[in-house]
Formats: sequence, structure tokens, C-alpha cells
Amino acid sequence: MTDVNVIINEKIEKFGKERQALMPILQGIVADKNYITEDELLKVAEALDLSAADVYGTATFYTFLDVVPRGKYVIRVCKTISCHMAGKDEIIEALEKTLKVKLGETTPDKKFTLLQANCMGWCHKGPVMLINDEVYPELTSEKAIAIVEEYIAK
Amino acid sequence: MENKKLTKVDLIFENDGTCATTVLDKIKAMSQDDIIMEMIDSGLKGRGGAGFPTGLKWKFTKAENSFDKYIVCNADEGEPGTFKDREILDTVPSKVFAGMTIAGYAIGAKVGYLYLRAEYNFLLKKLNDKLDSFNATIKDKGFDFRIEIRSGAGAYICGEESALFESIEGKRGEPRNKPPYPTVSGLFGKPTVINNVETLVYATMIMKYGADNFKKMGTQDSRGSKVFSISGDTPNAGIYELELGMTVEDFVSDFGDGDTKAVQVGGASGLCVPRKKFADMIIGYEGVPTGGSMMLFNSSRSMYNVLKDYLEFFAEESCGQCTPCRVGCQQLLEGIEAVKRGEKHPSYLESLKKLAETMKLSAKCGLGQSVANPFVSIVDNFREEIIY
Ligand SMILES: Cc1cc2nc3c(=O)[nH]c(=O)nc-3n(C[C@H](O)[C@H](O)[C@H](O)COP(=O)(O)O)c2cc1C
Ligand code: SF4
Ligand code: FES
Repeated sequence: MTDVNVIINEKIEKFGKERQALMPILQGIVADKNYITEDELLKVAEALDLSAADVYGTATFYTFLDVVPRGKYVIRVCKTISCHMAGKDEIIEALEKTLKVKLGETTPDKKFTLLQANCMGWCHKGPVMLINDEVYPELTSEKAIAIVEEYIAK
Repeated sequence: MENKKLTKVDLIFENDGTCATTVLDKIKAMSQDDIIMEMIDSGLKGRGGAGFPTGLKWKFTKAENSFDKYIVCNADEGEPGTFKDREILDTVPSKVFAGMTIAGYAIGAKVGYLYLRAEYNFLLKKLNDKLDSFNATIKDKGFDFRIEIRSGAGAYICGEESALFESIEGKRGEPRNKPPYPTVSGLFGKPTVINNVETLVYATMIMKYGADNFKKMGTQDSRGSKVFSISGDTPNAGIYELELGMTVEDFVSDFGDGDTKAVQVGGASGLCVPRKKFADMIIGYEGVPTGGSMMLFNSSRSMYNVLKDYLEFFAEESCGQCTPCRVGCQQLLEGIEAVKRGEKHPSYLESLKKLAETMKLSAKCGLGQSVANPFVSIVDNFREEIIY
């Protein structure tokens, strides 16, 4: 993991010290640390000369900018109509069993968080899930379990 | 798929490897006004859903007197049932970049942004690599233009143009009041052309083959072809580029499973067309418009579940900024649930329809305004399924 100040400075160098650097900074922190802590939000606010409330308000607007603890691998199963019809409920059930968590929870070892999300642009190949940035389309319960087991072994 | 009725087209995914650079050479020899005239003449309308004539959008933005102007490519593709922009960006990215460059040259913009939804982060590295070489090509050819990519973070509303600008500016993705329109005051308050990924590729192809060839296809109101994202109860789910002007019946005869009872045209915010209306409903601006999302439902599906799914989607994705939408989406959802459970009389559906119509008039942006589309069309055509 990278020091948060390093991420902030790297993004400021690329995007400037203006407000438009905020999203790239927050995205950079999530990419490196899975979620943004209060302390990190304060550092970002200070670096861009924004109020902490403003930075918090912006981060919480976006579902992918998590401000609550998340696992190293965030699993997002698509819940929207085409994937719903294709059987996303079974996928979630299978993953809940495999990971021994309920939807919305993080495993005790902080490795996985299991979430649902809206349409991810793979409706013709549903059910589909994202694990961090990786896409896994055309899932069956067996396939989903096998994929997650590979991550467990990592 | 065995093509029975519909005319398949191969413009968007045509990939000869040199198209983008050839087109840049070609437009270099044209004046800004010639390019805009050609775009207007083609009759191309925006492929992101709203269907505004692309040439006019460019013309208005060029007419603005401002040193800074921007091109934005909308790659937020969040409408349920839409997945064609992902495929376009994955397979023919340089044609997207070329479209942005053409638009940039035509209106006098020096910078273009491509706003990519976070769900497509897996494309980011590949796109950035392509872009490095493309930016170099643009420069070599003597254009004063460069393209950068910005990422979204999981918010459907950021596909709405003004919310997208807010997001690039580093703020909450809350839509702005209109007017002013983006052509006057868009990104960073400057005149901006924002176009969908597919629209920009069509711009590239219109510059390559000429407006005449494009407008030979389609109808008076819906010129050319369009990329469709087809999902649901169909043996042929996938991405297809088809000539515009077909009826829903033509469409169902090629893509249905023999038992299609309804087609949702235009995604969650679009219209539900029931079987009895298939024959005379044209897919296009003269009938049911679509940004490409086509979801088929067969008789095994409960339309109550479909509507409930859409309303949950809107209730979650509403930015919450204005009351009609923030409260309205939840009330519609709770309302149909109450009718289903028998806690409310079926006539309550009439009050809910009025609420949806009120949202159409009073909501601040297209999200809240379009909830009435699925709501009224599903409730009117599948009333029994909603109640019992
Ligand atoms: C809630 C909402 C979501 C939208 N999402 C998208 C989108 O994901 N992609 C898109 O191209 N247009 C989307 N639009 C339409 C844009 O606001 C805008 O009209 C479009 O990008 C213009 O490009 P075009 O003229 O080339 O279609 C959305 C509109 C609304 C109201
Ligand atoms: S209509 Fe809905 S999404 Fe649009 S501004 Fe109002 S609350 Fe936000
Ligand atoms: S509905 Fe799941 S990817 Fe679109």
C-alpha cells in the first residue's frame, strides 16, 4: 500500500491543484486501499483547500468511492433486470455460502466484500459480477464459486 | 443469427485499421462549416437516447464566441440493457477518438474528454495506450487537439450530460438547470459538445463515406443505422447494427423466442410495447425511440417484477436533488407493492399514474422525467399482472 500523501501528490501533479483533481485522487485511494478513511478524507480536503464536508459529500455520492471498510476484493453482482432474469439470486446465494457472509458484509479476514450493483453493461451475458475491476460474465453458481476460490487461494 | 427480415449493417464495427487516419486526412482539407453542413445533411441524431440532431449541436457550439470549448464523449453507458458502447470502445477505439477530433476541429475545441464509467475500468489501460499513440497522430497531422480520459465512479445519473460535467469538475454528479444548454455553457462553464460514443463513430463514418450514403438508409425521421443491445428472452442476445425503420414486429420475428409478450424499448427509462402493438410501432423517432436497449420478455415473465425492478433502479439512482423525483420514485415503488399485497385498492394505480405524469412535468432532469415512460406503459398494458 502506498502512503496517501504520495497518491495525492501524484494526482495533483497530473491533474493540477484544482477541484477537478478530486475524483482522480479519491479513485486513486480506493484503487490502492479499497476504501477511504476519515483521516484520508481530511488529508485530501487539506491538499485541495476544500472543506472536509465537501470532500465527504462528493465521495459519498458515488457508489464506487467507498468510505466504509471494504475487503481487498470487492465483489459486485449485477442485480438489474436482465441479470435478475438470468439468475443472479442463485449466484449471490452461492457466494454467500462460499464466503460465509451475507450480502453487504465483509469477511472477517478483510479479504472479500460481497455487494450488488446496478447494470454493468453485460446484459446479454448475465449473470455477471465484477471483482474489483475484473469482469466475470456468463456465470453459473459453479463458475462463480470456482472464480472466488481462485481469489481465496491468492 | 440467421437474418430473416432485418438489414444488417457494418459501419460501426468495420475495422480496416486505417479508417481513423484516412478520415483525419480527409477532414483536414475541409472547412469547419463544410464538416458541419455534411453532418446536418446526414440527418444523424444522437445515439445516446435523447436524439438531438448532431450537426445542429455542433453548429450551435461553433457559433459561440469563446476561446475555450470542449468535446465530451459520453461513455457512461448506464441505461439498463445497453452494452454496445463497451463493445465499440473495446474493438474500434480509434474511430471514437477520430469522431472526437472531427467534432473538436469543427467547433474549435482544443481538448476532448472521454468519460468512462467505472464498470468499464477494465478497458482503461488499453484505451490509454491507444490514446497515447492517437494523440501523437492528431498532432502529426497538424490538429491543435488532444484527448484525455476521465473515470466515473458508479452513478447512473452521471450519464446525464450536466451531471457528467459536474463529475469531471470534481463534484457530486447532480444535474444542472437547463437552459443554459451545454452548447452555451457546459464543461467548466464553456461551450461544449457532448455526444454518445456511437454518435461519434457515425460522425467518423459519415466523413468517410459521405452524408448521402448514410441517409440512403433508414426513414425520413430516423436516418441511417443504429447499434442495438439485445437481451432478455431471446436466443440471439448480443450486439447488432441494423438499418432504422423496422417495426417492433419485424424485430421480434428476428429476435424473439416465439413467445414474446412485450419488448422494453430504450431501457428502464424507455417504453414497454405489448404484443398487440408490435405491428404498427416503428422503432425510431417517429415511434418508440431507443438509445439501443431492447429487452424481450416472454409469457413466463411477470411484468410486475419487471416494473418493480425498474422502480428500484430509479429509486436507487435518483440523485435526490429534487423532491418530485426523490420522493416520487419511492412512492411509485411502495405504491405498486401495496396494490400487490392488497393493502391498496387497484384504483390507486390511477393516482400513481398521475404522480408519474407530475414527475414528467416537475422533475429537474431526464431521470425523473422519464420514470413515467415505463410506469404508465407497463401499468396500462399489464394491469392484471400488477394487481394480482
Ligand atoms: C438519467 C440520464 C442518463 C443518461 N445516460 C446516458 C449515457 O449513459 N450515455 C449517453 O450517451 N447519454 C446518456 N444520457 C443522455 C445525455 O444526457 C446526452 O443527451 C447525450 O450524451 C448526448 O449525446 P448524443 O446526442 O450523441 O446522444 C442520459 C440522460 C439522462 C437523463
Ligand atoms: S430528476 Fe431525479 S435525478 Fe434528476 S435532478 Fe431531480 S432528483 Fe436528481
Ligand atoms: S442487467 Fe446485468 S449487466 Fe445489464
